[in-house]
Amino acid sequence: MRLEMGHIYIKDIQFASESKIEDGILYVSEEAVKAVALEDEHIKSVSFDIAKPGESVRITPVKDVIEPRVKVEGRGGIFPGVISKVDTVGEGKTYALKGMAVVTAGKIVGFQEGIIDMTGPGADYTPFSQTLNLVMVCEPIDGIKQHDYEKAVRFAGFRVAAYIGELARELTPDETKVYETCTIKEGLEKYPNLPRVAYVQMLQSQGLLHDTYVYGVDAKKIVPTILSPTEIMDGAIVSGNCVSACDKNPTYVHENNPVVHDLFEQHGKTINFVCQIITNENVYLADKQRSSDWTAKLCKMLDLDGVIVSQEGFGNPDTDLIMNCKKIEAEGVKTVIITDEYAGRDGKSQSLADADAAADAVVTGGNANQVIILPKLDKVIGTLDYVNKIAGASEETLREDGSLEVELQVLTGATNETGFNKLSAR
Amino acid sequence: MSQNDYIILTNNPLVFEKLADTHNVVYKDISYEELLKEVRDRIHEGHSLLSHPLSGSVKPKETPYKSVMISKRKGEVDQRSLSLIENAIQACGKFEDKTGKFEQKVYEDFQLIDWTLLDSGLASADAW
Repeated sequence: MRLEMGHIYIKDIQFASESKIEDGILYVSEEAVKAVALEDEHIKSVSFDIAKPGESVRITPVKDVIEPRVKVEGRGGIFPGVISKVDTVGEGKTYALKGMAVVTAGKIVGFQEGIIDMTGPGADYTPFSQTLNLVMVCEPIDGIKQHDYEKAVRFAGFRVAAYIGELARELTPDETKVYETCTIKEGLEKYPNLPRVAYVQMLQSQGLLHDTYVYGVDAKKIVPTILSPTEIMDGAIVSGNCVSACDKNPTYVHENNPVVHDLFEQHGKTINFVCQIITNENVYLADKQRSSDWTAKLCKMLDLDGVIVSQEGFGNPDTDLIMNCKKIEAEGVKTVIITDEYAGRDGKSQSLADADAAADAVVTGGNANQVIILPKLDKVIGTLDYVNKIAGASEETLREDGSLEVELQVLTGATNETGFNKLSAR
Repeated sequence: MSQNDYIILTNNPLVFEKLADTHNVVYKDISYEELLKEVRDRIHEGHSLLSHPLSGSVKPKETPYKSVMISKRKGEVDQRSLSLIENAIQACGKFEDKTGKFEQKVYEDFQLIDWTLLDSGLASADAW
């Protein structure tokens, strides 16, 4: 599959009477985006705000972060099976608005985390302090169930992102990148001497607030399957995840997955990037066994030499990670796993809840228990209810000067397990 | 798997309320960690784990609630189950205890999340 990605750089976002993109500036009609968000009867009201890098702004509780895109050539549309009709995506031409994001916020459950600080030490840990953020806070109708509220906010975010993306349809991209994958046979003929490498992506799939969707299908109901890595660039995988702010994959990360992009960088040079394999992280142990068996089987059938495995979340997915690693290695395929750590505030505890000797090549996104002080910021978009609740409950958390002592786990994307974070030993 | 083939150990009143009439539910008003230790004791008796003892990201000691599925049938001690439950108990020690720090509405949310996680496991168990 061949996908041409056109990048359109957004330098500023401003509210205006008409929505358009001109000279790199995104003008947003508040009235128009509100109407798009309010198409769902479960949403009572929505407010939009703009947060720019360097501003003294805290956004919380963040639900999802989405990069607006538009499909200008080829099959299907952005977010197939969710916003666009079901059709196989990943070929043709797609434009992405770089440097900006649509951020959805809303308190779906009372303990929800997810902070994006646009300045200060918190901004050093969340990658979304660097994007111009169009933030939408959705208030649900009274008496709504949490799962209906989650779904309503999830879809409202995608509708607004699609609306913004559509504004770029007739523009000329500032930069174009081409991503091309081969069929199995072509790859063997073209790169006979290069190691065959795939990306195994584990998707969070455990129930309310822990779900991911593939072409609109709840990932807990899939068996592991193969994607062309270009499909995710058209929004084939979207997030329905609200918890685990630091190590969940917002939709933005799925669209821009750095493992896929880095493997494409090496495709045809040092490796033959064969495909992306997706699998899930279910609650039931027999599901874990089935999915890891299938993932290892696919690796074997594809005659792979190596895979990179990325995890999402923490806790019971640690077991899926280790099962995948162990079984894939047992098929003679080398693995590198990407995870993050809950190693305690002092970093001395066991990092994962499972382990195996086969997991001898591990990349970490950082220790989510690491303590950080977040200073008081001038403006809050969303609500500090959750933060205040934690803070107010403990003398050492809410400090006299109004700053907060928290663990990295509350910051959106801080220890992301695809490497889309800012922690690095480099 | 028939509903008679598994037992649900829980400290979540919502789970007890929803399943007590139809499933084998053992409800105990104990902490998350104590519930895991209860599960460990059953594994030593020869039951095996059917659902993972850790949640999918809501942390132990943040949520006080946990529901775990084990087999009704007893056999030899299942080493894999034992290793999973021991690791889960160990994981509890890494988190600051926040369980007494939320208002009542938040506990209802924690109960709901534990229920939905268990429910996704029940759907898998009942599928065969």
